[in-house]
Amino acid sequence: MANELLNKDCKELRDEIAAGRIKSVAATEAVFETIEKYDPVLGAYISTFEEQALAKAQEVDDKIAAGEAVGGLAGVPIAVKDNMCTTFGATTCASKILENFHAPYNATAVEKLLSADAVIVGKTNMDEFAMGSSTENSGLKQTVNPWNTSCVPGGSSGGSAAAVAGRLCFAALGSDTGGSIRQPASFCGVVGLKPTYGRVSRFGLVAYGSSLDQIGPITRTVADSALMMNIIAGHDPADSTSVDEAAAPVCDYLEKLDEPIEKLKIAIVPEFVAGADEQVQKALTESIDVYKGLGAEVIEIDMPHLDYAIAAYYVIATAEASSNLARYDGVHYGHRTANPKDYVEVYSKSRAEAFGKEVKRRIMLGTYALSSGYYDAYYLKALKVRNLIRGDFASAFEKCDCVMMPVSPTVAFKIGEKIDDPLKMYLSDIYTIAANLAGVPSISIPCGFDENGLPIGLQILTPAFAEEKLLRIARMFEKETDWHSRKPLATNFHE
Amino acid sequence: MAEKIDQAQVRKVARLSRLDLTEAEVEEFTGQLSAILDYVEKMNELDTANVEPLAHCLPVSNVFRADSVKESLGTEKTLANAPQRDGEFFKVPKILDGSSGA
Repeated sequence: MANELLNKDCKELRDEIAAGRIKSVAATEAVFETIEKYDPVLGAYISTFEEQALAKAQEVDDKIAAGEAVGGLAGVPIAVKDNMCTTFGATTCASKILENFHAPYNATAVEKLLSADAVIVGKTNMDEFAMGSSTENSGLKQTVNPWNTSCVPGGSSGGSAAAVAGRLCFAALGSDTGGSIRQPASFCGVVGLKPTYGRVSRFGLVAYGSSLDQIGPITRTVADSALMMNIIAGHDPADSTSVDEAAAPVCDYLEKLDEPIEKLKIAIVPEFVAGADEQVQKALTESIDVYKGLGAEVIEIDMPHLDYAIAAYYVIATAEASSNLARYDGVHYGHRTANPKDYVEVYSKSRAEAFGKEVKRRIMLGTYALSSGYYDAYYLKALKVRNLIRGDFASAFEKCDCVMMPVSPTVAFKIGEKIDDPLKMYLSDIYTIAANLAGVPSISIPCGFDENGLPIGLQILTPAFAEEKLLRIARMFEKETDWHSRKPLATNFHE
Repeated sequence: MAEKIDQAQVRKVARLSRLDLTEAEVEEFTGQLSAILDYVEKMNELDTANVEPLAHCLPVSNVFRADSVKESLGTEKTLANAPQRDGEFFKVPKILDGSSGA
């Protein structure tokens, strides 16, 4: 019974709660029972708010019983990545430097969830400051993959993806700077959407690479992704890079979700995809065949600059990070070293003591790329390459509705496999990074499993602000397949 | 092959970054950053002489709002996360040494 409840998607659950057939309190209790039972193994959450969540659930149930109007996510238990500010609990970014930081305001995306009457269950684990592809860089704890607990959940939103896949919440917010929503969604067999840059407010999202960061939903179905976008998308006066709705209107992403795109034209990039593992390529080919079966036309294109995306990204993202993370100075908030001998040590020892290795490495790399004598060779060059990559997308979208490719060249890898070789870890982001550099939206949906039962994701990319179309294209596939309805073994939901 | 970046440069960048690295970290980062920089130089295969740099995907320009008075965070909330405070102030170690008297 509890499992039946937990396996519902947000939309179903919301409708049942609104109709009074299921109590939000019951759903919330079921989620906390699951957390108690499985999170000691999964490690998805950094903090949980049981008392507050049950109080909110009760409030929603009472409103519904009294016939009052409720929000679009009324009573639905949802998790938030721990790099989004909340006035309740800590906002740690999985870093020792912010371990005890209590934000004085809510991120806009969090505020919107609360206004929609969502029940916020907890804050999820991540790579420290969202820097990583496996969640192994968390300074606070380890998260494992619900499909195989010796594998990573992906990263950096690994806690959010593991929590959604493991039924430890019904949906979650993640953030994506170079694949941090899509890659963990792919590794955990769930749906992850990185919206167009500027579609969702970044206010209250702790900055990593400001020109690349974007908040988005991790869900179990495409419909839930649309539902979450209905809540979180839109202009925010507090984020000057969020886009004016007059320029790019937000629409009801659910309204036409089930209507297929007529005469869909898909582009694939054979040369770029050739480096992916055989089983990943096979899943891609079979996914394309599903679309062909629906009447889609498939064309082969060349996007010659995508191969340079990793190089450009690790210069641009680290340069932005080195500047963004300068604020952690031990002065106003965060960790301060115990006995500094002078003010310089307040900075340099506080930072050295509390940042993890990957964060230090990226700050160093970014500082180097921006330093005198190297700026032109690295940073400026990377910005030019970024323009070429954007150009690749612009010409691709003249010829097609969407581009499809894998999310990751491999399925979830073993814990510890890449952690000692940062470059090897970076190279695993090959397929996801370009979307951030070009600012276009991209979704990862479940499209198969490898021979060991690990999930594989299909990535779909469309032009900027075409989320409505992107979600409809994704939904076309979901309707034809049942990959999204498989449940991970690790949490015994496969009953 | 010569390392892209040597230990002296790593120490200099660490100083610019305000990171007190241990000797072991300096050694580790020298090798790793060199390998990453080697990879990054792959960008030099591309001729970008006539390409404009793209810092941002949106056609962003200055965004203005009315300069109106709004509620601010307030002293207590602002100081709530201070590592050390003294009344209404953030407390930090002395910036000038005792002899300067400035």
